[in-house]
Parts: sequence; C-alpha cells; structure tokens
Amino acid sequence: MRFLKTLVSPRGAVFLLLVILLVAVMVLNPNFAEPGQIMRYIQRVAPVAIVAIGQYFVIVAGEFDLSQGSLITAQVIVAGNLVGQDDSRTVPVLALMVVLGLFIGLINGLLTTLLKVPSFIVTLGMMLALLGLVLWWTGGAATGNPADSFRQIGRGGIRDLPIVDFLPWSVLVLAVWLALGIWLTKRPLGKLLIAIGDNARATRYSGARDWWVTTRAFMISSLSATVSAVLLVGYAGVHPSVGRGYEFVAITAVVLGGVVLGGGRGWIVAAVAGAFVLEALFLLLNIAGVPSTLRDAVQGVIIIAAVAYSGLVFRSRRRSGPPTSPSPGKEPDAPDSAEESSASPALAGEGVTQNRGD
Amino acid sequence: MRRFRVDSTVIVLGILILVIAVGAILVATVGRSFFSPGNIRDILTGMSVLGLVAIGQTLVILGASLDLSVTYVISLAILIGATTMNGNPANIPWAVVFTLLVCAAIGLVNGLIVTVLKVNGFIATLGVGLILQGVLNTNFQGSAGSVPWAFQLIGATGVGPIPVSTIIMIALAVLVWFLLDRTRTGAHLFAVGGDPEVARLSGVRTRPPLIAAHVLCSVFAGLAGLLLASRLGVGSPTVGQQGGYALLSIAAVVLGGTLLLGGRGSVWGTIGGVAIFAVVDNVMSVMQVNPFLKDVVRGVVIVAAVAVYSRRAIVRRRSRFGPGGTRTGGDATAAAAAPAMVAASRALEAEAEAAEAGPAAQGGVR
Repeated sequence: MRFLKTLVSPRGAVFLLLVILLVAVMVLNPNFAEPGQIMRYIQRVAPVAIVAIGQYFVIVAGEFDLSQGSLITAQVIVAGNLVGQDDSRTVPVLALMVVLGLFIGLINGLLTTLLKVPSFIVTLGMMLALLGLVLWWTGGAATGNPADSFRQIGRGGIRDLPIVDFLPWSVLVLAVWLALGIWLTKRPLGKLLIAIGDNARATRYSGARDWWVTTRAFMISSLSATVSAVLLVGYAGVHPSVGRGYEFVAITAVVLGGVVLGGGRGWIVAAVAGAFVLEALFLLLNIAGVPSTLRDAVQGVIIIAAVAYSGLVFRSRRRSGPPTSPSPGKEPDAPDSAEESSASPALAGEGVTQNRGD
Repeated sequence: MRRFRVDSTVIVLGILILVIAVGAILVATVGRSFFSPGNIRDILTGMSVLGLVAIGQTLVILGASLDLSVTYVISLAILIGATTMNGNPANIPWAVVFTLLVCAAIGLVNGLIVTVLKVNGFIATLGVGLILQGVLNTNFQGSAGSVPWAFQLIGATGVGPIPVSTIIMIALAVLVWFLLDRTRTGAHLFAVGGDPEVARLSGVRTRPPLIAAHVLCSVFAGLAGLLLASRLGVGSPTVGQQGGYALLSIAAVVLGGTLLLGGRGSVWGTIGGVAIFAVVDNVMSVMQVNPFLKDVVRGVVIVAAVAVYSRRAIVRRRSRFGPGGTRTGGDATAAAAAPAMVAASRALEAEAEAAEAGPAAQGGVR
C-alpha cells in the first residue's frame, strides 16, 4: 500500500512513468526484455543521465547551467584533435579534459557568486563563448576520430558475462557517478546546496561559505559534462553537433524527476530516473512508428503533462495534510519534509490530518 | 528637486555610449565611418527583429516567467504569413491578422499552462516549443509561400536613415511602456512578478496579467516573424532557430536591467540592451571578425555588461506614489478616508493607553 502511494506521489511519479513506458516498449517489442537489450538501453542513457546528475546539483542550489552542451561539444573536439591516432596520449588528454572541465565550472561559479551575475546569463555567455572558441580553433570542422583506446570507454565493455553477456563501460561509469552523486548529497556539501536553494540568505547567516558551495556545484556540473563527453566520443564520434541541446535535455530530465526549478527540493535518483524516462520515451516513439517529424511534439506534450501532474499532486497533498512519510532512502528531501511537518500542527487543529502509513 | 537616481536604465545607456565610442574608434581604424547613414541604418535594421522579440520577452520576464518558445513562434509566423499571402497583395491584411491570431493562441496556451497548471515557465515554453517544432517539421519541408512586393517594402524602406521596421518597433515599445507604467494590468504584472503570494493577498488576481504577458510575448514574436518574412520574401521553417532568438532576447532583457526573477525592469532598458547587441554585431561585421569569434565576443559582452551593474543594487524599487508610481487610482478615495483612518488610530492608541494605565494604577508600581 505504502509502495503504491509513493508511486503516485510526485516523488515516485517519475518511476511510475518509467515503468509504464518500459512496459509499453516491451509489449510492442518483446525482444527488449532481454538483459542484453536493456544493457544497450542503459548505455544509451548514460551520457544524458550523467549530465543530469551534474545539472541536479546546480538546479537544486537554485541556479542554471546552460553551458553543459557547449562544454560537451568543446571536450569532444578537444579529444578528437589532441588524441589523434596516438594511443599514448589517451591518459594525458583525459587529464587535460578534466582540468578544463573543472576550470570552466570554476569560472561559471565565480562569475555567478562573486560578480552576482545571474547564472542563466553567465552560462549562456559561456555557452556562446566556448562553442565559438572551439569552432574558431578548429575552423568549424572536426578532424577525425581519436585513437581506439580512447573510444573504447564509450563503446567498449566487458564481454562474455553470464546473464547480460555484455556490460558496457558506460553503464559502469554511470553507476559509479550516480553512487558518487548520492554520496555527495549525504555529505554537508549536498545538504548545503539544498539549503542554499531553499533560502540562500538564511544559509549565509548560518555561517556557510555559500559562494564556495555554489561554485563547487558548477564544477561538479562541468565535470559531469566532461565525463559525458568522454563517453560520447566513443559512442557518437567527433562532430561539432555532438552535445548540442544537452543542457535542455538535462534540465528537462531533472525537472521530470521532481526537482524544483529555483532550488531547495529534489532527489538525485529521481533526476537520473528522469533521464531514463526521456530516453524510454524516444525509444517508445521509435518503436511505435510515430513519424519522426511528430516526435518532438509528443515529447513536448508528455513533458508538460508530467510536470503539471507532479505539481498538482504535490499541491493537493500540501492542502490535505502530511503525505506518506518518505522511505529511509530519501534523506536529501529534508527541507521538503520539514516544511510539510511544520504545516501539520496547524491543520491538526481543524481535524484534517490523516494518519497514513504509520 | 528629486535627486538624480542612477538606476539600471541609466547604466545601460552608459554602457551603450561606451560601446558606441569604442566601436566608432575601432571602425575608424579600418578607415570606415561608424556614423555614416548607411551604417546607422544597418544597426537600426539589426535592432528591429531582436527588439520586437525582446519587448515581448520583457513582459514575460517581468511576470517572473520565461518564454523559450519564441524561436518556434517566429518560424511558424513567417511560414503562415508567407503561405497565406502567397504573393497576392490583396491577402496582406488577412494574412497579418490570421498570423497574429495564431500567435496569440499559442501565447494563451503558454499562459494557461503557466498559470493554471502551474508548470514552471521554463519547462512549459520549452515543451510548447517542442510541440511547435513537431508541427513545423510535419507540415513544412522547406521554404514555402511567397511575400508580395508591397509587404516586402516594409522591411526595405526607411525614412532618411531610419528603417520603417525600427519605427514600428519603437512605436510598439512606447505602447508597451504605456501598458506597464500607466495601466492597471501593467502595475499588476509588476506585483505578480515581484511576489505572487503578496499580490494575491493584496487582492490582485494573479492569473490575468501573466496570461496577458504571455499572449503579448507571442504576438510580438509573430510580428518579428512577419518582419523577417518581409525581408526574406519567402517563409523558412528554420529561421527562428538559426537566429537563436529565445536565448538572445532573454540576454538582451537582462542586459537591460530587468531582473530574471521578475518584478523589476523597464522596456527602455531592454531597447538599450538590444542596441548594445546591434552595435557590437555591426562593429564586428565591419571589421570582418571571424564568425565563430563573434559568438565569443557576444558571450563575453553579455556577461561583462550584466556584471557591471549586478554588483550594485539593481533597479531601484519604483516609487509607489506620484508620477510613475505603481498605484493606478484610488487617490481620491484614500484622501477621503484619511481623516477616518487618523481618528481610528487615535482611538486605538487611546484604548491601548487606557489598558496600560489600568493595571499600572492597580499595582501602584510604575
């Protein structure tokens, strides 16, 4: 019962949607249920999901990062041009890309926090400047694919495993990145980010170095884009259009996962589930034979409907009393549940409170 | 008698003058004149399309929302306009009205999703943009329709060095300024954008102003599309996306000192922001800067210009009373009620004093 209620709640809505979409895909294409196919599906989701993890930290702190897509393109082209056909350059170039990613995040964060420029504008400017610089450097054309050892990260994997047969590296990278992300949300940094998104001034008065906390969120976001770029080099190759629009896909995924734009509320696992939902949606539209021209339209309708649904359910619960107590794994939602429990005494006087789930 | 206040519009003007000065010097170094009528016409022409989009975007951002669908509205408007006219001058009025009605309907949908379904404006308009993209892809494979010469004249002629399109844009900016500063809807839009909850508790119906802002924003995007149609002569389904108008218009609005969080800003600041973009673009074209480097310069200019006044207090709070105030009426009522209010507060004070004096007298200790 409790599980069902969580599924219908805004927090669980994204998982419900994911299950519905995957079941629909399996009905239309029974082959999809094979473990190998599911692994391929996760491999396709991995770059988007990793970017969404980065975007989660920025959005939950009440900011935006629009520079992710450009950063992916830039990193992909950097990899293509610097690695070339020389296997020995793989590791140094990887290190360079990580440093570049952290540096871009640092600039985004410092401009936002110290110069007080809205992050929407900072990252928009960064998006234009970064893409322009990289295209200017390469003359608008990308040169060749990097060495195979570099591309293996995105396209290779462990073969001949018992059940799944093939475990792509990108699935492992996604799992590690998600685990790191969950760990970070339990650390002071993750809690402070949510606190800043909820009420920046109160967090500052309580002694947090908010500029450094927010800056680190931008660095995580840029680093995630870098990891995603490494996967995409192997998966999609080197092209100036790789990564285009990823920032909007990531923001959409995060919002589908119930993270509130403006900050202060959200769960990282749900944000990743949002990325899975988006990819499942593409898959379903593909299998269902929806004309490719109409796919954008269907996607738009479903995004609006999903966000509207979770918003409506959330508000109706706020009105009707405290919701089901969150399951233990949902610690990061602390400000959320605190807000709800503070509302309950007022409602208790009117006898509206329902005791559910205890 | 009022002290001259340095608000963001003044800063924008300052940045604009600085940009023009630097631009004029740079242009002079390559032996061209920045202030030649031809060049001024180029700049003003460059302002008009982005200016129209940005005026609409200002309204939406003042209401603490965003409109990312304008790019697709522009593309849709240029296609509907061009196919409805179909080269026949007699169709022009009908085509313009029809196009703007379609755009208004899109704006209405945006507004309703944002206000009734309470979906964040960013996501709502992103979704509507995707839907429009699907509609465009399904119905139009390439360039379509043709624009009669009579309509193309709007984009081609000018009064002296000033193009007609810029005059239209400025006239509409004056209208929007009037709407924002002199009408109830405008005042309510500021209130709703500043804090919807406070606005609601003050008796403002929070939905109509925001819906109106979204409708107007889409109509302005439609006008921009029609203007592009008159320049290009045909309808092209990708013209909006190529221009990147959604993000650039938001940048121009913020450049003009309007708060992204809503509630403060002005349409004149936005025009200033658009002018800064146009001047920078023009200088780079004259100097034949590499097109990719142009984007780099644009990005740096956006961030740098906003940084100049983000350090200071942004737009000062608008004065509530007097000229330009947020109050739109009821002065006479307030004046009439003043004596009654004073009497009431006197009575309350007297009551409080009596209540205080009571226990004190009883206790005998003070």
